[in-house]
Amino acid sequence: MWFTRPLQERSTRIFLGVLFAALAIVSVLHVLMPQDSALYVSSYTVTLLGKYLCYALLAVAVDLVWGYLGILSLGHGAFFALGGYAMGMYLMRQIGDRGVYGDPVLPDFMVFLNWHELPWYWLGFDMAWFAFIMVLLAPGLLALVFGFLAFRSRVTGVYLSIITQALTFALMLAFFRNEMGFGGNNGLTDFKDILGFDLRTDATRLGLFIATGIALAIGYVICRGIVTSKLGRVSIACRDAEARTRFLGYRVERVQLFVFVVSAMLAGVAGALYVPQVGIINPGEFSPLFSIEVVVWVALGGRATLYGAVIGAILVNYGKTVFTGIMPDAWLFALGGLFVLVTVFLPKGIAGLVFKPGKAGGPSNTPSAQETAA
Amino acid sequence: MSFLQEMTNRDRVFEFLAPAKSPVDVRHGPILYLEDVNVSFDGFKAINNLNLTIDDGELRCIIGPNGAGKTTMMDIITGKTRPDSGSVWFGSRHNLLTLNEPDIASLGIGRKFQKPTVFEALTVFENLELAMAADKRVFPTLTALMTPEYRERIDEVLEMIGLKELRQALAGILSHGQKQWLEIGMLLMQKPRLLLVDEPVAGMTEQEMERTAELLTGLAGKQSVVVVEHDMGFVRSIARKVTVLHQGSVLAEGTMDEVSGDPEVIKVYLGEEA
Repeated sequence: MWFTRPLQERSTRIFLGVLFAALAIVSVLHVLMPQDSALYVSSYTVTLLGKYLCYALLAVAVDLVWGYLGILSLGHGAFFALGGYAMGMYLMRQIGDRGVYGDPVLPDFMVFLNWHELPWYWLGFDMAWFAFIMVLLAPGLLALVFGFLAFRSRVTGVYLSIITQALTFALMLAFFRNEMGFGGNNGLTDFKDILGFDLRTDATRLGLFIATGIALAIGYVICRGIVTSKLGRVSIACRDAEARTRFLGYRVERVQLFVFVVSAMLAGVAGALYVPQVGIINPGEFSPLFSIEVVVWVALGGRATLYGAVIGAILVNYGKTVFTGIMPDAWLFALGGLFVLVTVFLPKGIAGLVFKPGKAGGPSNTPSAQETAA
Repeated sequence: MSFLQEMTNRDRVFEFLAPAKSPVDVRHGPILYLEDVNVSFDGFKAINNLNLTIDDGELRCIIGPNGAGKTTMMDIITGKTRPDSGSVWFGSRHNLLTLNEPDIASLGIGRKFQKPTVFEALTVFENLELAMAADKRVFPTLTALMTPEYRERIDEVLEMIGLKELRQALAGILSHGQKQWLEIGMLLMQKPRLLLVDEPVAGMTEQEMERTAELLTGLAGKQSVVVVEHDMGFVRSIARKVTVLHQGSVLAEGTMDEVSGDPEVIKVYLGEEA
């Protein structure tokens, strides 16, 4: 089967080996080491690493569409945030009457706004299975509709990037409005528990961290399965010579739509796992800047390798954590500088430096590679 | 009576209900039939009352000065450009003006562009694999497996185009001539009925040209081949029948000798070269 094929691949085995070893080491150090030991991994660190893994999954999703399909999405944050909101809505309903106002059904912000009834789109989110399906469905549907319209009209290149940017910006403005019923600019927060587990305990945090790791592994294998299949080679063909691919009899817009929707769903899952770990989701996640940052992670890590995206996401965010601790104002300059340096000296990213680039994986020098630098 | 019987015969589908994917019907003669086709771009008539028929299995060369409408004609046949008026038929069953590019491609019209476009980030083998006649919808493509029959078919074409040793090489590192052959190979993988080849020998060395001529003449008979070419020496070496286009319509048609003896043709085209 297409999704088991990657498991026979050396690179995927190494990736999964490293990932699971990291999960195991962090878990063991967190649980078994005494708190005053130098090797102890604090609960704060576990959550921080969990956050990095969410970003890594998001980066993999972006790399799938950008690296292999040539669609530079500057709006993947929108799918990430939608997945996050779906999870946030579930977590809000789990609060029940433990909120400040003690309303058994309505979340606090609705009581505050003097609403008396739950909006229809909040129905069903008290059930975990429904919410988890929506985590996939909400971003998937948006990607389906958006992609259908964009790809059918053969919008590509810079123009597509600009529309994806506009999409996430429009959603950000919409979610800022209180009338939308998603908590306005405060977003959703003050979560208590997930599936009955208290979110503030160390055990739940560790569980979420491990779940994120597993989600990243599954997402990685799915993406790898797609790119090593014939469809993956068709994607590369679409990326490099769209008209030619069409003349071969492939429906380019459908290939693009399929891969785009899969990628959006993975981004949604990343967002859904992110929210319980950071404890808040607000419209800031829709910010175009965030989506652009994701693209920078992928470019830094190495485009069209998938593992490069993971490396890029983790390294840049680790750098961000360290830097913003030392000199908060300098971070954006550091990120910008890093991006320029990597684009100039390491066109294949960090992955290109460390690993021998795979044959189909090597990003071609298509104009889109330069577009991002501009 | 026989008509009524046919109408009530329930084990067959009426012609007009048959899906568009039905095989190309060449029982009534030509495989490609263009009649009174007109195209204008911003008032400029690129194609002007063009009439052209290509027989099944024929190798036809089309020549003409720049701007004669050769590429526009290819665009019309492959569905890239829609004519203002006229009709274009593939066999006697398929009206090409009602079909889009992928449909036309899957009916069996393959096109080789002027500039070789192969997928440079993929290997020679993978290029041929993607071009192979197969179910090209998204999910069948996702689950597609490389079967021994497919491998055999690819090997066969690799042999034909002489790139057997380079099967695992990235298409991006091939020479210009090799890319042209790879592209012809990609067309062959689709098992086309009709091949449209746009300037196959532009920029080729003498030897490469000879090999290309061999390749194309070897194809004729099994497939119908239409070659658009500027190089008169090359046309002379492969052509059985030549059509001269000028200002969007057919100026002359016949063997190379007939055509090159035509005073009109000499005036507009060969005259410049002679």
